[in-house]
Amino acid sequence: MLRYILRRLAWSVPTMLLVTFLVYIALRVGTDPVESYKRVNPRASRAKVQQYIDINGLDPNFVQGYFKWLKNFITGEWAPSIKGRREVWPALKDAMANTLRLGTAATVVGIFFGLVAGVLAALRPGGKRDVFINTSAFVGISIPPFISAILLQLLFAVYWQRWFGESLFPTSGVYPAGHTGFNLFLMIKFMALPTIIVAIQIIATYSRYMRSSLLDVMNSDYMRTARSKGISERRILIKHGMRNALIPVVTIAALDVGSIVGGLIITENIFAYPGMGLYFLKSFGEGDFPLLMPWMVVIVASILLFNLIADISYAWLDPRIRLE
Amino acid sequence: MPGSTQGSALSEQREKVSSPRQMALRRFVSHKAAVVSCIIIGVLALFVILAPFTARYGVNQSVQAPPNSFLSPRSNAWLGTDDIGRDLYSRLIYGVRVSLLIGLASAVISVTLGALVGAVAGFRGGKFDDVLMRVTDLFLAFPFLVTLLVVRNVLGGLPWLKPLTGEMNSVRFIIVLFSIFGWMGVARIVRGQVLSLKEREFVEAARAVGASRRYIIARHLLPNSVGPIMVALTFSVVGAIISESTLAFFGYGPQAGDGATSLGILVGAAKGAVQTGFWWLAVFPCFVLIIIALSINFIGDALRDATDPRLDRGV
Repeated sequence: MLRYILRRLAWSVPTMLLVTFLVYIALRVGTDPVESYKRVNPRASRAKVQQYIDINGLDPNFVQGYFKWLKNFITGEWAPSIKGRREVWPALKDAMANTLRLGTAATVVGIFFGLVAGVLAALRPGGKRDVFINTSAFVGISIPPFISAILLQLLFAVYWQRWFGESLFPTSGVYPAGHTGFNLFLMIKFMALPTIIVAIQIIATYSRYMRSSLLDVMNSDYMRTARSKGISERRILIKHGMRNALIPVVTIAALDVGSIVGGLIITENIFAYPGMGLYFLKSFGEGDFPLLMPWMVVIVASILLFNLIADISYAWLDPRIRLE
Repeated sequence: MPGSTQGSALSEQREKVSSPRQMALRRFVSHKAAVVSCIIIGVLALFVILAPFTARYGVNQSVQAPPNSFLSPRSNAWLGTDDIGRDLYSRLIYGVRVSLLIGLASAVISVTLGALVGAVAGFRGGKFDDVLMRVTDLFLAFPFLVTLLVVRNVLGGLPWLKPLTGEMNSVRFIIVLFSIFGWMGVARIVRGQVLSLKEREFVEAARAVGASRRYIIARHLLPNSVGPIMVALTFSVVGAIISESTLAFFGYGPQAGDGATSLGILVGAAKGAVQTGFWWLAVFPCFVLIIIALSINFIGDALRDATDPRLDRGV
């Protein structure tokens, strides 16, 4: 197992290099970093522009430029953002922390309720409860997050205020303007709506996964054997059913990190929540190459990491699988 | 009632000899939500095709002389008006027309492309297959919006693609973009289908008789994958419509000329209407988008059940 993990980690280095190289090319073709630098800083001297090109590795030759960028990236000589010359790492770090908070909250809430709903649906397939949960999940999947965001904002923030004098949930930010320090209550209040919106998608997806996975397991031979041995229905469900049904679900959860981040990007933007999504859309809109590249590296690294976690958890949960 | 028993007896007799297509149709019709969805989509399509008759105003026409902005729903503007006094109901019809066009066009192109690539990859295997699957995995692992935006800019940044794609904010560009995107998911599905089909006896028989690869793919593998391909087609339509709205919502969507609109542009305008409390601007476009997405998804779901012969035992 350890050898497998080490080998996978070793493999992830060339993968990382290849993918970041592709991203580098895509960003250079797509956003034209030098042009956007000149657009944002119209009065920059030629020396300044050349310095910007040097530190970011924006040579005309893509391969050379990439390795230049890579060297500066690894040695920690990150270029400042093109607008206002801000340090990139503090901004990226804050964005990561905020997104991690929102993402974890939404994932925990979403997976918990999704699994519960899936189990409830699978216990009596075809029953009223099953139909209700299944249809709701279907509706939940069909509604894109920005639509539910608009509608929930309209209801809980704007119209709630008109009807009851005070809005139930605010529509933007982490804290009210000018607030400093830590306040759990305020934070929950501000994060409730974005969390719900991301969680709706997760609940809808996982209740379906869990339902079909548990149904597969429930119809398997070892379940019948367990029943014939006289083990109680509850024990069968928990020890035999849930445990085995969770294997594919856990794997999907780890592989799904990309789509969860996708939902976060949209939600963060609507709620002006200062996370990775807002960071990306802002810097992408301005063509801010120094801000964008590290962001991409973080995303690629986390996708690779979660892929690895998926494979390991698969082997760990299912003893029949041997990783070589 | 003798008539009805006779009818059911007749249909029973017919069921015994029904072809796979008839059985699929029967399974589809038994899916009530899908039938209702078909009717909804049909009515919507009629409204959209007959736009000159069903819309009450031109796409860019205001309902009355100023003051006419942000009128709440009333008799001369059933769903209210927007910031410059245009009728939301009429604009929704024109908007759905553009969105459905984008959805259908990009779905047809991407599914055709994806089915061919997937069939070849699954049938030939080897390096082509490996590279293709790696690329697909990579694209699909990234957050969707990020890839969409980056690829959009890359497409717009390649001058030699201009004749094909047109301007970056044209409807044609969006269709090309979604086609480039959409084929990967389809290719993966068709590849999986072909991988399992190509080991089957009838393919082996065809090969033994000396059929060419192209013949086997065109006459055996693709026709037998028609179910999953149809399902992929319906889901691609929804995917494209939602992607268009997402892009437009974030200001990267099509800017159809002459005030022409799309569902995405209307939903994007809803963002501004939330804070000010002009609820009709948010609720109606969102509602139409949800109805379309839900209906097509139901149809796709029923198609999947209907075209999967393994599911017939229970019926």
